[in-house]
Amino acid sequence: MSKFRIAVHITPRKGLLDPQGNAVRDALRTLGFKAVKDVHVGRYIIVETDAYDAIEAEETVTDMCRKLLANPVTEDFEIESAVTT
Amino acid sequence: MRFGIVTFPGSNCDYDAYHAVTEILGEEAVYLWHKDHDLQGSDVIILPGGFSYGDYLRVGAIARFSPIMQEVAAHAKAGGPVLGICNGFQIACEAGLLPGALMRNSHLQFVSADVRIRVENSDTLFTNRYDRGEVLKIPVAHGDGRFVATDEVLDRLEGEGQVIFRYADAGGNISADANPNGSERNIAGIVNDAGNVLGMMPHPERACSPLLGSSDGVRLLESILSRVTA
Repeated sequence: MSKFRIAVHITPRKGLLDPQGNAVRDALRTLGFKAVKDVHVGRYIIVETDAYDAIEAEETVTDMCRKLLANPVTEDFEIESAVTT
Repeated sequence: MRFGIVTFPGSNCDYDAYHAVTEILGEEAVYLWHKDHDLQGSDVIILPGGFSYGDYLRVGAIARFSPIMQEVAAHAKAGGPVLGICNGFQIACEAGLLPGALMRNSHLQFVSADVRIRVENSDTLFTNRYDRGEVLKIPVAHGDGRFVATDEVLDRLEGEGQVIFRYADAGGNISADANPNGSERNIAGIVNDAGNVLGMMPHPERACSPLLGSSDGVRLLESILSRVTA
């Protein structure tokens, strides 16, 4: 077993109204960032776990996302490659 | 009849529900601690409002792992009535007892106000003491009350009569202005396929006395009573 760290990005599901992202987008435009097209605000989660290898660690964290970390009705998730720690 | 009211860490409407059941309805109620595995013979389960587990991760996401929720899920699967109010609705969705999810209000503000909801189906365990189309005055108090689901799920809920409350104006008209949180299709409350689990964002337990501005919530509890004891 080795120790791995995996970062997870969770964002509002595409197509669903994202009022928080819209509020931040509008604030940026007010600040003068006129070119800003869209903003989405999500969560960034770091999971540290033991696993035999990086593949197993990534599969485990994907399973965690499906079962708890992300809500499949409202959120999309992406995981980064496992990093040994 | 015995009502079991679950107390999660962060629940804050459990006392309101207890008061409504014991003092207004005149039935028995017990508090069920989230760490226990015993429903204490309850006939009806209430998942009350509040901010269970500090709304960590997502509203309702952690509460579904409370030990008591295994028994609540078994009770629901066996056809036992479950009433999820506000945070209880959020928990029921996260636990898979109801379809869909509750997201941040579209205007991003916490809304605490009396709203009007229209009874869409009066032939349910929870609404048989109302008339279809009747408009009720019930308070809401939430930051994450925007009901969302896929179009397929929404169509099915509507087609099967599982949408039982919709936000409306005082005249019963369904409009965007009457929608306090941006819920899809103005949905304020739904039941599951079997009809024994209700989730709703408005608080019927806080509308049980003229002193509180409305008694419209009483008949929801009476509806359960009439069906379960019948």
